[in-house]
Amino acid sequence: MLVEQIAVFVENKPGRLAAITRILADNKINIRALSVADTADFGILRLIVDNPQKAAKCLQDGGFTVIVTEVVAIEVEDRTGGLATVLAHLADAGVSVEYMYAFVNRSGENAIIISRFEHMENAVKVLEGTGVKLVSKEQIYNM
Amino acid sequence: MDAQYWNDEIETMPRAGLESIQLIRLQKLVKRMYDRVLPYRDKMDAIGLKPEHIKSIGDLRLLPFTVKDDLRDNYPFGLFAAPMSEVVRIHASSGTTGKPTVVGYTRKDIDLWANIVARSLVTAGATKNDIVHNAYGYGLFTGGLGGHYGIEKLGAAVVPASGGNSRRQVSLLRDFGSTVLLSTPSYALNLADAMEAVGIDPKNLSLRIGVFGAEPWSENMREEVEKKLNLKATDIYGLSEIMGPGVAQECQFSKLGMHIAEDHFLPEIIDPETGEVLPEGEEGELVFTTLTKEAFPLIRYRTRDISRLYREPCACGRTLVRMAKVTGRTDDMLIIRGVNVFPSQVEHVLMGVEGVEPHYQIVVDRKGNLDTMTVEVEVSEQFFSDKVRRLESLGAGIKKEIKDYLGVTTTVKLVEPKSIQRSEGKAARVIDRRKLS
Repeated sequence: MLVEQIAVFVENKPGRLAAITRILADNKINIRALSVADTADFGILRLIVDNPQKAAKCLQDGGFTVIVTEVVAIEVEDRTGGLATVLAHLADAGVSVEYMYAFVNRSGENAIIISRFEHMENAVKVLEGTGVKLVSKEQIYNM
Repeated sequence: MDAQYWNDEIETMPRAGLESIQLIRLQKLVKRMYDRVLPYRDKMDAIGLKPEHIKSIGDLRLLPFTVKDDLRDNYPFGLFAAPMSEVVRIHASSGTTGKPTVVGYTRKDIDLWANIVARSLVTAGATKNDIVHNAYGYGLFTGGLGGHYGIEKLGAAVVPASGGNSRRQVSLLRDFGSTVLLSTPSYALNLADAMEAVGIDPKNLSLRIGVFGAEPWSENMREEVEKKLNLKATDIYGLSEIMGPGVAQECQFSKLGMHIAEDHFLPEIIDPETGEVLPEGEEGELVFTTLTKEAFPLIRYRTRDISRLYREPCACGRTLVRMAKVTGRTDDMLIIRGVNVFPSQVEHVLMGVEGVEPHYQIVVDRKGNLDTMTVEVEVSEQFFSDKVRRLESLGAGIKKEIKDYLGVTTTVKLVEPKSIQRSEGKAARVIDRRKLS
């Protein structure tokens, strides 16, 4: 139940994100969700796209450092306390979150939480045990 | 004004007399090396040269060179000419890769060194009545202890301040009424900044002479140090392989260069490409032969420093040859805050970091008065991560390794692939933005 995410190394200088999104656009790759983690000197751009392998290849050809990593996409009801419930389960099981970012799917009913855990397998097991809905990669890419 | 000498007989000796002393010492040295230092004996045998072939000072050029790689190949004590039972001190400095350059001293060598440093201090204008603040680092580096023993030999009072904690140092300078400062020129400027920060006016200090060395510095920097610290700044030269500080020292009269203690260290200037000795006054690579050292004598050691020699009479009355301020290197060695750094050492560290075989670039700059070194490393897929923590710890790890291995603090900057310029396929490893002239 893992989803592929691409991560791109970005130096902190003007025009880098513009260059990346231009390459994706030229290759007709659609961005589903993104997050930028920034430090004083560099950033890491994380992207969920409709074709991660192709996106990674295009960006590498464009001179960027890119890796494909696996994340979990959790569907959470778009209501007060939806995410809190999910996180409480993970906390009880002692699962650490590396990072998260969210987007709302096209129907507008549910939020999708993209999550990276320290121990992915363990996290998936915990989530499946609690009946939380995990989104498959096919669903994400074709959303 | 009468010039003061530490040893007037030697320092003002007519050239002919000096050269006959040099020849006697050279012949004795060559015999000692041939008898006791096998790697050098092999070099002589390879060209069929015997100690008795050295009949004049001009025959010096028949002898094979010694280079830094010889020191590495015989690490740590393979080139020592005295048994370890007679060695009383060991110092070390950066080698080009992996291993440091190790030097040893017998008791007599230490005494010689102290005398040479005392001579340098007197040449700079110091006397036994001075209070000398020694801010060269104490430790494996020769600056601290070398200066220390010389100051004591002179009979002046030494304040063994070593490096660091500038604010405390300026308080000591003020409270003790120190009259002479020994440090790297950049550290002297750092002390000037610290004085300003704590509100001490250098005019209220007693400093009158600075003896600055261990890194390249310009005439502009000399003016700045003299103005900011209200003292006369003089240049000292040395390298651990030859002895340490005191190999040459500028007098109060000359800005043409530093008087070499050539009764102990015989200089030559060669063409770094061909190895040929260059005509008097031409610029080239400085080569030294240590005439009197016991534990670690060297014959025709190539310093890689670029300089020139002057034999014109000096207003101070010394007949000792002068060497010009070092204007550059024939290799890629950098001097960062007095620490010798070879790009190959940085590469060695980077290779040692897991999974990294990187393109890198060293950017050296001088911010305020201190040298800064930034290592830019291209982030490749091998060690890229989607986690900030991983990348930050990678940068911190490289920084720590460089600090541990080279003793110099760097900034590590992770950069995008291909962002470091390549010239003809090979990356330009070093960008030095310091303006020294």
